[in-house]
This record gives sequence, structure tokens and C-alpha cells, in this order.
Amino acid sequence: MDGEELTEQETALYDRQIRVWGADAQRRLSKAHILVCGINGTTAEFCKNIVLAGVGSLTLVDDRVATEEALSANFLIPSDESVYGGKTLTELCRDSLKDFNPMVRVSVEKGDLSNFGGEFYSKFDVVVISCCSLSTKKLINEKCRKLSKRVAFYTVDCRDSCGEIFVDLQLHKYSKQKLEETIECQHNYPSFEESISVPWKALPRKMSKLYFAMRVIERFEDAEQRKPGEVSIADLPGVLKLKNEFCEAQSLKESHIPDALLERLVTDPREFPPVCPIIGGILGQEVIKAISGKGEPLKNFFFFDAMDGKGIIEDLSNNTGS
Amino acid sequence: MATQKHSPAIKGAKVLMVGAGGIGCELLKTLALSGFQDIHIIDMDTIEVSNLNRQFLFRQSHVGQSKAKVARDAVLKFRPHISITPYHANVKDPDFNVDFFKQFNVVLNGLDNLDARRHVNRLCLAADVPLIESGTTGFLGQVTVHVKGITECYECQPKPAPKTYPVCTITSTPSKFVHCIVWAKELLFAKLFGDKSQANDLNVRSSDGASSSEQAEDVFEHSKDEDIEQYGRRIYDHVFGYNIEVALSNEETWKNRNRPKPIYSRDAMPNDVSQQNGNVEKNGATNDPSLVSAMVSLGLKNPQDVWSLMENSRVFLEALKLFFMKRGKEIGNMIFDKDDQLAVEFVTAAANIRATAFGIPLHSLFEAKGIAGNIVHAVATTNAIIAGLIVIETVKVLQNDAKNYRMTYCLEHPTRKMLLMPVEPFEPNKSCYVCSETPLLLEINTNRAKLRDIVEKIVKNKLGMNSPLIMHGAALLYEVGDDLDEAMIKNYAANLDKVLSEFPSPVTSGTMLTIEDLQQELKCNINIKHREEFDEEKEPDGMVLSGWTQATSVVKEDKKSNANVGSTSSASELETDKNNEIETAPGKKRKLSDVSEADTSSVAGDTKSHGKFEVLDDDDDDVVMLNDWGSAANKKLRSQ
Repeated sequence: MDGEELTEQETALYDRQIRVWGADAQRRLSKAHILVCGINGTTAEFCKNIVLAGVGSLTLVDDRVATEEALSANFLIPSDESVYGGKTLTELCRDSLKDFNPMVRVSVEKGDLSNFGGEFYSKFDVVVISCCSLSTKKLINEKCRKLSKRVAFYTVDCRDSCGEIFVDLQLHKYSKQKLEETIECQHNYPSFEESISVPWKALPRKMSKLYFAMRVIERFEDAEQRKPGEVSIADLPGVLKLKNEFCEAQSLKESHIPDALLERLVTDPREFPPVCPIIGGILGQEVIKAISGKGEPLKNFFFFDAMDGKGIIEDLSNNTGS
Repeated sequence: MATQKHSPAIKGAKVLMVGAGGIGCELLKTLALSGFQDIHIIDMDTIEVSNLNRQFLFRQSHVGQSKAKVARDAVLKFRPHISITPYHANVKDPDFNVDFFKQFNVVLNGLDNLDARRHVNRLCLAADVPLIESGTTGFLGQVTVHVKGITECYECQPKPAPKTYPVCTITSTPSKFVHCIVWAKELLFAKLFGDKSQANDLNVRSSDGASSSEQAEDVFEHSKDEDIEQYGRRIYDHVFGYNIEVALSNEETWKNRNRPKPIYSRDAMPNDVSQQNGNVEKNGATNDPSLVSAMVSLGLKNPQDVWSLMENSRVFLEALKLFFMKRGKEIGNMIFDKDDQLAVEFVTAAANIRATAFGIPLHSLFEAKGIAGNIVHAVATTNAIIAGLIVIETVKVLQNDAKNYRMTYCLEHPTRKMLLMPVEPFEPNKSCYVCSETPLLLEINTNRAKLRDIVEKIVKNKLGMNSPLIMHGAALLYEVGDDLDEAMIKNYAANLDKVLSEFPSPVTSGTMLTIEDLQQELKCNINIKHREEFDEEKEPDGMVLSGWTQATSVVKEDKKSNANVGSTSSASELETDKNNEIETAPGKKRKLSDVSEADTSSVAGDTKSHGKFEVLDDDDDDVVMLNDWGSAANKKLRSQ
């Protein structure tokens, strides 16, 4: 299979991107199977990117029925209620995505992702999780890690004007260009659980504040048994209280997690539309890198905040002892 | 930062987008999702297949249609109640004048060429409308904010000049594959299929260049009764055999160079092979001349393969034959086009045969096409990220949040942990000839140069003016316009051919010329300084324009390195220490200049065809302006 050539149609369509990542990477992409759980503006952007890039297949999981709110940052859903009414987000997105690139198979899978067994996840090369709770993230990540096949695992979240990406490629081998040479490298990724268990005191002093804020909100929603993003300004006192407990237990100065940042994250947990293409774009690039094995992949968190405009990488791999 | 807080500014805004390509599609979608309700979009292009991998608003069925119009229709499907006004037109059309620009709150560029970017920059300055500029190449991208009087304008820092090659490198002493491509495309292809009246340096200059080129003129003529196969072999032997023999006869040239090896068709391709050469019948099924292909005739399938000398020779002869048999009508007025399969096949084969003669490694059709077509590498993800960043800056500009304006770089490799690096914008360059009124200095031989030289090489090429007007004191030397009477047109035409020092009031050292573009509302002064000699290799224009490169102290420091970006010498800045932040800046630049090399190849030095050689436009996206990178990093360091 590896020697298989791209068709004339593929060469013509993908001409400009083959010039970026090469024909070999394009062949690997066309054989990759991607799972996306949780549809929002950010994952819609991601789906668009990898369908355009020409992956083999894309499977969508999210049983939620489309509502007016879901339209806000998602361009894959037609605005006409007579069209979207009664349909699930995944069905609507599938129909739009199919149009983007007839060479990619886009399908929908129904069901609750925490009930899917390992066998389900083993059908994929890449699993992207969004809009789900802390415990679900950990659970799926562990399921993927137990498979004999290596599955690239990502979580992505976007709230207000902030975004977070987590990456677990397990033991990942890749090549990168250094000057004229191609160097073979490998990196051992920690799991989500291992990463977020690193004691806060052990983290670099300049660690992104967004990392801490996301952990607080995530824990708050989990403890209160809320759906992801189901918080409001009324929850701020509860969130601030949890933050203080966290800081005390972890011996971190409270000023390290600004109240104003937490306030922004709970006030409007919806995505600020321009942030979606940024997070969805970075995630798209990372997934392409992981599939092609070309280029240095992201290790192992990425944060973006439109307030300061920085897109920052935080690598906790070295703090986890893995 | 949530949407509601911005709604009044966003909802009331009237936005002009220039470009509906890679960045444009992403931007229009993101603007619509963010709540913008009145968007105008200009793009002169139509949709092509190679756009579809990233310009996601377009489908196969839209190929050939207006980008601006199809983009509008696609976005209205998910946001039907907003107003999008498309213009299938060139932004340089006179309709898009200063008054047109004044109606907008902000202008967003998603353009693919320097010329249009400079034009829009000038109109935005004249109309006093903020401009957000952007560009991407592969995984790299940038967004910059230009607000008159607050931040630098797009032209405050000079942009790197297009890569140029001395004519003799192309005609006689190629050392890189790109030289062979330029030769095949700009000289051989143009000679055989292009406008015969254009000057063409195809024939190697030998010691007695004049006589050899005169007799050679006839070689390229195809007489009606000549067998096309014969003709092809004659051309082959002339350009790859005879011309190289002639070049070899000039011993001086080869003292410090490897001698090339002439190639004749009988050696590259034994007769029995050429008998079977080409099965034109395989092309028989198609009546569409644009689908004719030598690769199809010869059964060559994979454009990624590097062909042998024999294969290249067969493609060369087959393509030549197909041009004469299937596309005879076009011969005499063709211009190389990267989307013309047969033209790309011909140029690839010719470049590879020449490369063989000069001992240069061969390349595949896919690679050759990229070099010949100045194809910009492009992926969807970078365009999406850049579009998001543009909208974030747009919201700030609409809210007059000047202290938070940022230019943002999208990087391939993290710099100080950052993949997206925001930097405070520069202040306007006080000596920018576009946004301030500083005069320029032009060194020129006033006893030899004609006014035409200034118009072509400086006013059009360097200053990027469309409809210039040139004054010396109160005397009007030259102007362009629709409303000129015949006497004036005649007078200006005569002036073009006058030597500068021979004007009634001579243009010589100390003269100040005023040059104005009424459409762009840009006016600048040029001080003339006479200089006798120019270095043919380093100063191929035979004149040197300077004056706008001086800037504030911060920017000044970058100038040394900026100058390097455009030249090959920057390639010598090698090893960079990743831990040393100051060193990362030149490291980045070096990489970038490599990336850009293919985008900017052209030949300089041939005065007659110079304009024709600077083929920079591509249908695609949006070249990163490389020179900002170093300055960005430096500026950042200073601000810490």
C-alpha cells in the first residue's frame, strides 16, 4: 500500500499542500481515520481543515439536536430552522462536510462515547474529544492507551476567547528538518491524567495562567455534575472558592490564577467565533503532523487567549516522569 | 471579549475585503460568524481546481466562476440575513477610488501580490481608513495593523525585491536548476511560441555575438513544408548542441567553471526510439486543445517522477509537435502559464535537458511547475488561523483600542514557547516616502538615461504607480490619462525618448522631480544625482533609488539584516542557537528567504524585456513579507 501513487485527481486537487508536506505525507493522510467527539465551532473548524487536507475518513459523534445556540460559531449548520430542526449536530455537519471534499468519507456514529469499548476506538488513528467532562476525557484517553494499536489522542476546548489543546501521541516517532538534514526523533507523551497530576509547585514559574484556570473550571463542572460549559456568572463565587482551595493544597499563590480570567471563563462559556479557526487551525496542523510523522509535534498543551494574542506551548512531559 | 460586548461596533461596521482567495474565504466566513453585517468583497479572479484544497467556499462545479460572487453565495447559506456585496473586478480599477474607500470603517487585505498591496495601502492612507494586512506561506503567516499616524504603513519598511538573475547566468552559465527553468520559460518558450517581436536573448553570446545571432534568427522559423519531427530535432540540436558549442568556444568563460557538454538529439534519443515517439492518437479523444498532453501521448503518468534524459528529450519533441499540430493558432502570442499542462511539460523537459548539459541535478514536472509558476505553498489551516487573528484585530480597530493593536506572526517552530507571537506595531517611519513627505534620491546617468527609463524602472516598478504624472518645477514632463488630447500624447511620447540632460530645462544633478499618482493620491519628490558608471551585475537597472530605507533607530538596526533577506548572501547565516533568543531572529529569516526563493524568481538586467520577466503574480495566496520577521523579534526583545 505504501508505494501506492496518488491519483491524477488527488495530485491536481492537493497540489498546493503537497508542496508543503510532500506526496508521502499526502498518501498517509488519505489512509488515516479520524474520530471527532463533540461538535462546536472549534471542532467544526478542525473537521473542515482535515477534510480539505484529504484524510481517509472522518467519523462524528454527538447526539445533541441542533438548536439556535449551536449555530453561533458553527458554519457547517444551515441557518434555516426548517432545515436543521430535529436533526443532530453530527448529521448536519456530515452533510456540509461531504461537500467539501468528495474523496473523504464522512459518517456519523450514535451513542455515548463513554460506553464505547476499546474495539470502537481501535478503528481510528486519531481521536479528538471536545465538549466533555474531565472524567470522560480521562476515561477515553485511558481506553486509547490500552489498545495495542497506537491512537493519537487530543482534547480541545474553547471558552470565551480562550482555547486549550491537549496532545497524547504516546511513544511517537517522527522526522524533522534541521537545516539541510532530516533527523529522526521520538518523544514519549504522558497521559492526560499524568499531565494534570503534576504538582503545581513543580511547574515552571511562567506557566500559562490559562492552564490553572482551565483545571479549576473543569474540576468545578465535574464536582457539580454540570455539562461542559454549563456555568454562569452566578457560579463565580463557587469557582473562586474552589480556586482558593486548589491554591492552598498545591501551595500556589492565589494571584497566579487571576479572578478576572475565571470571571471571563464562567461569564460566557460560549466560543468567541474568531478564536475557533485559530484553535481549530492549530489542531488541524498538529493532527496532520502526527499522521505524516513529519515535523516536530506539539508537546503537550497549547493555549491561546485573544486578550493578549499569544499562542503558547506548555510541555509537561518532563514533569511527569514518563 | 465575548461577542455581545463587541456587538455594537461589529454590527455597525462597514468592512471592505480585498481578495476572496485562501485567506479571503476563511475571513469572509469568520466575519459572518462574528456578527459582521455589511461586508464588501473585491476579487478579480475566477476559481481553479488547485484552489479547492483550501478555499472551502468553492466546489468543483464552481471552477471558472467569480471567486467574490461564489464566496458570497456560500456564506449566505449559513448567514442569510447579512449583506455581502461582491465585485468581480481588479482593486486597481479607477472605480475603487479614494471616495469608494472612504465609505468603509476598515479594509482587510487577503492579497497575493505586492503591487496590489501597495496600491491598497496608498488608498487607505489617502482615505484615512485603517488597513489590516495579512499573508501566508505554508505554515507561516502574519497579520499587521496599519492605522495612519498611529502605526507604520505597509510601505514604511522596504519590501524585498524580487529575486533576479543576471542575464549571462541564464543564457550562458547556469549553475542551478532555477536558471534552467528561467531559460526554458522566458527565453526558449517565448522564442518558439511567444510574440516574435519581443527582444530575446536566447542565443548564447559568443565572442562575435552579433553575427552568430543574426544567422540564428532563421533557425527558429518553421517553414510550412518542413516535417515537424525534423523541425523539432533541428531546434533541439541548435539550442542544446550548437549553442553550447558556441558558448564553449569562449575559453575565458570556463576558466573557473565546469565546462558544459553539448547534447544532440541523435545521442539523447536513438532513431528507433523516436520512431515510436509519441502516440498523438492517445490525445485523439480530446478536442479541447487545453487538455493536450505530451505525458499522455508518451504514457508517462506520475508528475513526481524525475525523467531520464531520453524521456525528457521525448517529452520535448512531443510537446513541440503537439503545439504545432493541436494548438497552431496560439503560436506567436503565447505567454507561459503554469496551468497550461503542455507548456509546463515543454518547459520541464527543456530545463532538464539543459540541466543535463550543465551537470545540474534534474527535477520532476511537479517540482519544475512550482518553480516555473512561482507557486506559493498553501494550506487551509494557516489561512484559517490568520483569518481568526485578522478578525480579532478588526474588532480592536473598530473600538479604537490602539494600545492593544498587535501584529501577530504564525510560526512553524515555536519561538520562546510561542506558535502565535504577538508584537507591538511599529510607529510610522518618518522618512517613508508613502506616508510621510520625505524626498527620495535617484542616482542616474543623466547624460545617457531617458525619461522612459525613469518611468519604467522607477515610477512603475519601484514606486508601484499606475497612472503617474511627472513634473519638473511647473513643467509637466509626462502623464497618463484618458482625457489627454492627441498633441499632448505625442508630446509625452517624444519626451519619453529624450535623454534627461537634453530637456529644455535639463534634468541633472540637483534637479527635483515631483511624481504623482492621482488615483492613489500619492505624491513624492525625487532628488536627482548624476553618476557616470553603474555595476552591470549589482545595479542592473543602471540607476539606484534610495532614501526611504532610513528609519527610526529600532528599525534601522534591522536594515542590515533586511538587506540580506532578499539576497543569496543570507544563506550564509547558518547555525543558530535555539537558547539564544537574539539569534533566533536571523535563523527565522534565513529559513524564510529559502521558502521565498521559488516565489520570486525572475531575470533582471535585460532592459528591454525586464518588465516581462518579473512574473510574480500567482492565482493563489498571499506571500509573507519576509522583511518584517527580524524586526519583529528585535522589537519584542527591546520591549522586555
